[in-house]
Amino acid sequence: MTLTLGHYLSLGAMLFALSVIGIFLNRKNLIILLMAIELMLLAVNMNFVAFSYYLNDMAGQIFVFFILTVAAAESAIGLAILVLLFRNKSSINVDELNTLKG
Amino acid sequence: MDAKTGLFYVFAALMLFAAFKVITARNPVHAALFLVLAFFQAAAIWILLKAEFLAIALVLVYVGAVMVLFLFVVMMLDINIDSMRQGFWKHFPLAGTVGAIIALEMSYVLMGGFREPPKAASLSNAAAGQIGAQVSNTKELGKVLYSDYIYPLEIAAVILLVAIIAAIALTLRERKDSKSQNPSEQVRVKRADRVTLVKMNPVMPESLAPVAVEKKA
Repeated sequence: MTLTLGHYLSLGAMLFALSVIGIFLNRKNLIILLMAIELMLLAVNMNFVAFSYYLNDMAGQIFVFFILTVAAAESAIGLAILVLLFRNKSSINVDELNTLKG
Repeated sequence: MDAKTGLFYVFAALMLFAAFKVITARNPVHAALFLVLAFFQAAAIWILLKAEFLAIALVLVYVGAVMVLFLFVVMMLDINIDSMRQGFWKHFPLAGTVGAIIALEMSYVLMGGFREPPKAASLSNAAAGQIGAQVSNTKELGKVLYSDYIYPLEIAAVILLVAIIAAIALTLRERKDSKSQNPSEQVRVKRADRVTLVKMNPVMPESLAPVAVEKKA
């Protein structure tokens, strides 16, 4: 049984599902939420690379390149916000972030 | 089943295990380290897919930079882990259902719909003609990236710059007890800012004053 595109796409789908479960489970820990988002991006990148290989098109890998760039920027700013949040509220519990609620 | 298929299953199983440990780890440091393991397995799978440049970039950028940043932040924050774990399994029925539906549905559709083998052995259409020639993935990527995608590349650079400035601006804080100089103000200072000349009448000490002598007499 040789590897088909479906194998890689299924792997990406399972990884995505795992990170969705992680977002549901870790409702209190903002750090693990950020890590689950990174895992989601990895799953999407996996799909792009697999399509690029099986459809014989470089554009997929270019897109992964840009996703990596944006994800790095996202995690840098997200962690900065996290540090700022912890400095001000000394907690990273998502449930306590209701200051903007009227 | 050839070696590539076997390797794929090994890497995929390890990656799913690592992802599972990331979302269920008790300690955030362990979660970050398992995320590193997941990224390594993903890089290995990308090498199987002949995307060497991206695999190495994933290891360098993610494992080398982003995950170290994560570890720094995790260790910097003093988090009470036990309070974080309260109600952890409360959402599990909903989460498990949603996750299983996503995974099963997607796998069913994908395994049914994408059964074709790769179109050609090599990646680029130009190099597809010369079979057996070594095609550098990095070279192909660079050719496309710096010609067709040059403007998106510039925008990506600007996004990174914005991220640098935003991260520094967000976390920079002025200490209240620190003393600092402002060289610009020091250079620009004028004589009038430092010295004020006050015009006043001369006053003699009482003992020598001739006025006092006159009064006695």
